[in-house]
Amino acid sequence: MNALFSQKNRAPLAFSVMALLLIAVGMGQSWPFALAIINLCLISAIMSLGVNIQWGYAGLLNLGVMGFTALGGVAAVLISEAPVLEAWSVGGQGMVVSFILVVITIVLAILVHRNMASGWARKSALSVLFVGAYFTINHFYEPSVLAIENVNPATMGFLGGLGLPIIFSWIVGGVMAAGVAWVIGKITLGLRSDYLAIATLGISEIIIAVLKNEDWIARGVKNVSGLDRRPVPYELDLQTSPWFMDMIESMFSGRLALLSDVERVAALKQLIIQGSSVFVKLCYTGLFTVVLIAILMLSIKALNSPWGRMMRAIRDNEEAANAMGKNVVRQHLQVFVLGSAVVGIAGAMLVTIDGMFIPTAYQPLRFTFLIWLMVVIGGSGNNLGAVFGGFFIWFMWIEAEPLSMAFMDLVTMGMDQASDLRNHLVKSAPQLRLFIMGLTLLLTMRFMPKGIIPEETRLHSV
Amino acid sequence: MPEFVDILNAIVLFSNFVLVPAISYGAQLALGALGITLVYGILRFSNFAHGDMMAFGTMSVILITWGFQSMGISFGPLPTALLALPFGILCAIGLSLMFDKTVYKFYRVKKSAPVIFVIVSTGVMFMTNAIVRFIIGPSDQRFMDGTKFIFRPREFKEFTGLSEGLALKSTQALTLTVAIIAVAALFYFLQKTRTGKAMRAFSDNEDLALLSGINPDRVVFITWIIVAALATTAGTLYGLDKSFKPFTYFMLLLPMFAAAIVGGIGSPIGAVVGGFVIAFSEVIVTYAYKKFFIYLMPESLEPSGLMQFLSTDYKFAVSFIILVMVLLIRPTGIFKGQSI
Repeated sequence: MNALFSQKNRAPLAFSVMALLLIAVGMGQSWPFALAIINLCLISAIMSLGVNIQWGYAGLLNLGVMGFTALGGVAAVLISEAPVLEAWSVGGQGMVVSFILVVITIVLAILVHRNMASGWARKSALSVLFVGAYFTINHFYEPSVLAIENVNPATMGFLGGLGLPIIFSWIVGGVMAAGVAWVIGKITLGLRSDYLAIATLGISEIIIAVLKNEDWIARGVKNVSGLDRRPVPYELDLQTSPWFMDMIESMFSGRLALLSDVERVAALKQLIIQGSSVFVKLCYTGLFTVVLIAILMLSIKALNSPWGRMMRAIRDNEEAANAMGKNVVRQHLQVFVLGSAVVGIAGAMLVTIDGMFIPTAYQPLRFTFLIWLMVVIGGSGNNLGAVFGGFFIWFMWIEAEPLSMAFMDLVTMGMDQASDLRNHLVKSAPQLRLFIMGLTLLLTMRFMPKGIIPEETRLHSV
Repeated sequence: MPEFVDILNAIVLFSNFVLVPAISYGAQLALGALGITLVYGILRFSNFAHGDMMAFGTMSVILITWGFQSMGISFGPLPTALLALPFGILCAIGLSLMFDKTVYKFYRVKKSAPVIFVIVSTGVMFMTNAIVRFIIGPSDQRFMDGTKFIFRPREFKEFTGLSEGLALKSTQALTLTVAIIAVAALFYFLQKTRTGKAMRAFSDNEDLALLSGINPDRVVFITWIIVAALATTAGTLYGLDKSFKPFTYFMLLLPMFAAAIVGGIGSPIGAVVGGFVIAFSEVIVTYAYKKFFIYLMPESLEPSGLMQFLSTDYKFAVSFIILVMVLLIRPTGIFKGQSI
């Protein structure tokens, strides 16, 4: 029995169980539903890989995952939406001026910081600089924001994007997340672990606050919906294209032949509608799998390289690594940027499949702590573990709701239909999934602290 | 020069929209931050479940308040929730001792790294959050009864003859009174009693404290009791003043952490000061000063915009900007907390 659960067998075993679970959902509930779960499992797995790079490789406690996911999402909007030329013409100039002024301020601040001795003189010089910059920039910024937001506010009111295919945003989302991560990392990476956690948690909230309130970026709480130029065909187009209709007809020819002519037309129509939705989901599954495998291969390669060894050394004993001449802060920054970029890619993919960007949907429980569960439960430090965690926890997150509903139905079976207690219990059942998640985390931490697929113990024999 | 009446009006306006709300919010944050700082000082980890523990305590208070109300028990002009508070505190103590026994103790005995504690506390956060949402639901609850206002803006205007009104809600006065009593009791306990001294000794140097015969289990036990009591009190005051919603309480975690760190984590006095620093900066930075300046400036210099530094939606961001700045400039906080 123990041999079956040995380290080596854990990964194949875990993934087979996962596959069986997904197949069970496909057979028991429906295939489109199972595919929808799989697609989000793939995205979750990528996010979890990103967090694993930070936590599993280097021991960085980044609780700002939500912020980077949202940055990826913005990238999707900025890439795929058509530019709003009118908004550019009324407010573009002011925005560009403000941007240049911000850059000048930062350069000046760095110059002051470098060239003046620390003390009250430098502090007051910096304060004067910032206060002056604030009022100067606002002079250009505020009127242009107003002008932009007044351009057709019901449908536009923002600068728009580049009007390119949305798939480019997967790369741009990664780059944007990496850029912001660099700035955040520069500021926070000197901090000890739990300070870093709190600081990143706060910064991610700031990112979301900016996205909610600065309507000129992506319409804020008015949301951007109907993102198009997606990399897969549209259901409606498929339903009218002859090759797709023929394909469905030949696939189900056996079943259709049994029906009468009138029934056959109706049944075929139904099959085509269902088939188009499955086909679109399958296209996404294919694309996402390619991205996941590419990132996974790179991660595994990186972890096994000298770079990965150095990272583990830093994680396990910072002082020793420092004494060996490794620049701990610089390596931390590097790994922080890399992990955040991966999360950004996943964030852009998420908005791509949703087709809309809703800033209020970004909540820390779902986008930060859930991803953490994936890494910790899957097995931190092990890439396959992180991927498995992404699949398993997302699956649980979705299936916990019907399961807890069923559980509550069972509990309340003997109760009176009209009793208040019963109604309350049934109504509150969906909240149980948070409970299940917390309990799973605590049980894993207690009895399987290295996760379901633990990190390989590497013994470099002398 | 502005007239004397205008200066008075400006002061009243400022008090009504900045001073009074910031003081009561600051007191609530201070009580919450005290809990975080105590857990940090004695149990040595950042407790991410603190906001949800606050929610749990407040939820118990609300349920008991409803029970009292249905029995016809009231507290005269004061909110019934005050009567329910001790019972709510008992519930919160029960929950936190339960979690300590089943979860935290294991890692304490193993002397796990603080990071592990943080991760485990997020597990506790999930579970507590689920319990609260399961029992009372995720939506808004108001449970304030009794007199709403000590004086209303209109009464103030009639009384003073000024054109600006000043409101003092009874919850604001209550918050301040209860907070002062709670903080005074806590400081008395920490400074003067044997147990309090033992706790401080334990926080300063665990090994030395153990050598001098302090029972660590007892210190931890007392700490959780105090933390649960503070959290429930803070949560109830906040809920009375605004309203109770599980998600809001979870979000309060951020400003409370900011308060604890800005004050100097591990330092109780720092937590109190930090709470007020955070509350005042949140309110001051997001208040629109247009009217205030109209009173003070001659007509020709009247401001055209709202004169607001940041829109109110950035409230949470303000506490974090301060937090990050403090971490960069003075990581130990205002009052030297534990340097970590």
